[in-house]
Amino acid sequence: MQIHSTVAVLPNDNIDTDQIIPARFLKTISKEGLGDQLFFDWRYNADGSPKADFVLNTPAAKASKVLLAGDNFGCGSSREHAPWALTQYGLQAVLSTSFADIFKQNSLKNRLLPIVMPKEAHTALFAALGENPALAVTIDLPAQTLTWPGGPVVAFPIDAFAKDCLLQGVDEIGYVLKQEAAIAAFEGQRSLSLNTLI
Amino acid sequence: MPSNKPRTIIEKVWDNHIVAQREGAPAVLFIDLHLVHEVTSPQAFSGLRERGVKVRRPDLTFATVDHSTPTTPRNLPIVDQVAAAQVAQLEKNAQEFGIPYFGFQDRNQGIVHVIGPEQGLTQPGMTVVCGDSHTATHGAFGALAFGIGTSEVEMVLATQCLLQRPSKTFEVNVEGTLKPGVSAKDIILALCAKIGIGGGTGCVFEFTGSAIRSLSMEERMTVCNMSIEAGARAGLIAPDEKTYEYIKGRKFAPQGEAWDKAVAFWKTLLTDEGATYDYSVRIDADTLEPMITFGTNPGMGMAISGNVPDPAAQQDPLERESLRKALQYMNLEAGQPIAGQKIDVVFIGSCTNSRMTDLRAAASVMQGRKVNPGVRMMVVPGSQEIKRQAEAEGLDRVFREAGAEWREAGCSMCIAMNGDQLSPGQYSVSTSNRNFEGRQGKGGRTFLASPLTAAASAVTGVVTDVRSL
Repeated sequence: MQIHSTVAVLPNDNIDTDQIIPARFLKTISKEGLGDQLFFDWRYNADGSPKADFVLNTPAAKASKVLLAGDNFGCGSSREHAPWALTQYGLQAVLSTSFADIFKQNSLKNRLLPIVMPKEAHTALFAALGENPALAVTIDLPAQTLTWPGGPVVAFPIDAFAKDCLLQGVDEIGYVLKQEAAIAAFEGQRSLSLNTLI
Repeated sequence: MPSNKPRTIIEKVWDNHIVAQREGAPAVLFIDLHLVHEVTSPQAFSGLRERGVKVRRPDLTFATVDHSTPTTPRNLPIVDQVAAAQVAQLEKNAQEFGIPYFGFQDRNQGIVHVIGPEQGLTQPGMTVVCGDSHTATHGAFGALAFGIGTSEVEMVLATQCLLQRPSKTFEVNVEGTLKPGVSAKDIILALCAKIGIGGGTGCVFEFTGSAIRSLSMEERMTVCNMSIEAGARAGLIAPDEKTYEYIKGRKFAPQGEAWDKAVAFWKTLLTDEGATYDYSVRIDADTLEPMITFGTNPGMGMAISGNVPDPAAQQDPLERESLRKALQYMNLEAGQPIAGQKIDVVFIGSCTNSRMTDLRAAASVMQGRKVNPGVRMMVVPGSQEIKRQAEAEGLDRVFREAGAEWREAGCSMCIAMNGDQLSPGQYSVSTSNRNFEGRQGKGGRTFLASPLTAAASAVTGVVTDVRSL
């Protein structure tokens, strides 16, 4: 899995999931149609017209598969609508110095790579994109590297199991369903019977 | 795996739930209680249908509606058709998959994190999950409780397990005695301000110390509830006599001999002497003041006597820019005192602060006073059971006579999905948990604070230190 793409830049720290997709769009019972609602309140005027200066409305960003953001991306609510909206917009990776725990889990389950960069490399990429907004980065998942012309080779961490699931297309729920015997054994030998609801 | 090494309660609960652990893979972790609500579950049930899989343990699953439900009188229909369809879908899913369900008209309906403990479903040593980041609330009982996404909701419905790696352990030690006017909410807002919104990422908090021990169960829930606002997926408090007393006799609590066995087991969960944490922080309860947020995340908080910070004083350029943007959104000036800032709405409610303790605290301020004519005050009890109890105590009359709205149970203006919302530009003092841009309505501006601070501000119409009333 390799991603080669220009980069959309959102230089904010602590971008929360309420910004990624506002709560009023969570009344849907489907996963579809969320790409248009991505960053809705930052992206559209009150009359519904796009804000021309918002990065995701620029033609260059629309072609980008990678988003570069400030520290602690995806904090706040557990809504998986956030990675659904990001991927439906067309993004395949988000670059930050850190990600909120639940967002990171949700992203990996939706083939959105949460790439944690060291602070120094993160700052360097912001600077490089400042000089050349058309710069393209390459993300190599098997090698776990992020590179760009004139930049360092940035090694990024990713959970080894999640990486295998992504590369081999493993269905995590299927993986646990196959451990039926272990689950049944655990249920059978529990020392304490907790409450019974039914 | 369990050795003689001293362990924290976090590690003990974790160890007790490992079903399988393959090398290099995350643990398969058993889940004791799965709470389900209308917003984050429909796609998970669709996934089960596509797989042709049943809910493995409907007896350990529990559903209710709270987020998109109106808080207007229950004899009125749900006007928002999209919300109505979502509520109807959960009812259908609960029926089809055989899951216990407190529906919109049920006398036990309420915010999922309020009714879990209220019904005695939440117990020490459990693993509790819900497709909601405030699941940490249940940690007040010594449970390992955390929010999950919809894919994980589907996994738990299908297998009663999750794939998880252990978190780091983080002790939040709060020693001393809270002064009058200072409450549990101020402890957790102080933690958020101290370590920041990402300070606990990758961690589970254990709250310890004399100030935590002295809190009631309801106050402990307020503290654990906002663990996620300091970045931690879960936060818990070791059980003690207060915990057992709270649970005993509740509908789903163990009874008779099972109760004695349960308590004996719960007592083994406490953090061992000599156990160590990966991180720790200390908060001094003696010097704590009422806290309030000024910015657009819960870490942007300070003592109510403070002044709005100056972005120019920030070293890091991104942090400086974030603070500048936050003050621009909030329309606040660097250096201005936060007290005295004019407000439009006061919201008392949410899974953070909608329980009897919170309503009594707010009512104690409103008693014999009026809501300022420039302010709309909404009081939204956390459950229908709390609503009935508050009415039995006459709290509803105190609020109504003061000029506040007394509404039906739900998440309401904490997440503004149900029609209860701020208008663009309005300021609220809110007892909820998030002050993100637009959280309480597009363009709305939120100051997070305790019920005492919120009620005092409702009276004066400006951000007010309750001790000055």
